[in-house]
Amino acid sequence: MHLIYPAGLAVLLFSTGVYGVLARRNAILVLMSVELMLNAVNLNLVAFDVWLRDTLHAGQALTLFTIAIAAAEIGIGLAIVLAVYRNRGTSDIDKLRDTAEGSGPDDPAAPAQKAEAAA
Amino acid sequence: MMLLASGHHPVHHGFLSPTGVEIAFLLVAAVTFGAAVLTVTTKQLVHAALWLVVALGGIAVEYLLLTAEFIAWVQVLIYVGSVVVLLLFGLMLTKAPIGRSPDADSGNKWAALLVALAAAGSLLWVVVDAFRTTWINLDGPGQGSTKVSGSILFRHWVLPFEALSVLLLAALVGAIVMSRKSGDTSGAPGDAPRDKEQR
Repeated sequence: MHLIYPAGLAVLLFSTGVYGVLARRNAILVLMSVELMLNAVNLNLVAFDVWLRDTLHAGQALTLFTIAIAAAEIGIGLAIVLAVYRNRGTSDIDKLRDTAEGSGPDDPAAPAQKAEAAA
Repeated sequence: MMLLASGHHPVHHGFLSPTGVEIAFLLVAAVTFGAAVLTVTTKQLVHAALWLVVALGGIAVEYLLLTAEFIAWVQVLIYVGSVVVLLLFGLMLTKAPIGRSPDADSGNKWAALLVALAAAGSLLWVVVDAFRTTWINLDGPGQGSTKVSGSILFRHWVLPFEALSVLLLAALVGAIVMSRKSGDTSGAPGDAPRDKEQR
């Protein structure tokens, strides 16, 4: 098989994920786009592992590790989104602007909320 | 490396004489990419999660076509089986609207499209230029069967594997602590006073 096919599909999926991360407004949809980007990287890892015939199969092992880390990431990410939703009543990342520049003197609780808003 | 990989396979290659595996790969790739585009563009939030199932399942089929069998089933189990279910639960718990939500895309949609197209164009140019004459040799014994993956994973990658299990445990404990009800102050001190003053 030509190596361009899996590599090109990975590029297209990664760009789709970039578009989703930048253009989506709901935090959970942003997480879905991050999953797409991670999957593009996984496809690259597997394709190059099969191409190079690595004796350690580093690509496939790293793909398994990436999948596990992605599962951990989605769990933590959803917990953060749910905590933000419970506190603010919205999961709209355009409205979580406590860390934005030029928003003036924030309320005293702002530093504590930075972690959540940045998520 | 490139010469080595393509050298021991003297059969002539070409874009105009694709093999059956290549045709299948391209068809599944078209479905996968279409589902991914629909995932990031659809206005219905639940449909986005369902299109994500199609995209991730398509990637699992691509793994199968690349002879990485074990990864394919792990992909089906973890991504299609659990990550999408988690995302659907997240959508449900944040009371996502069922019908079309017109504000699914933010105002910087066109800037995002520009950035994505620029990334796709430049990366595709580089990749095509670099791997124009590179072919994967899929003949011979499968390189990603469960036997091969298991022996490699538990012979050479044991330490990262165990570290990863600790990471998963830490992540799950963290998720539980973070999603506890905020009235209970023992798990996350400092959270509760802020909640009180917000409500």
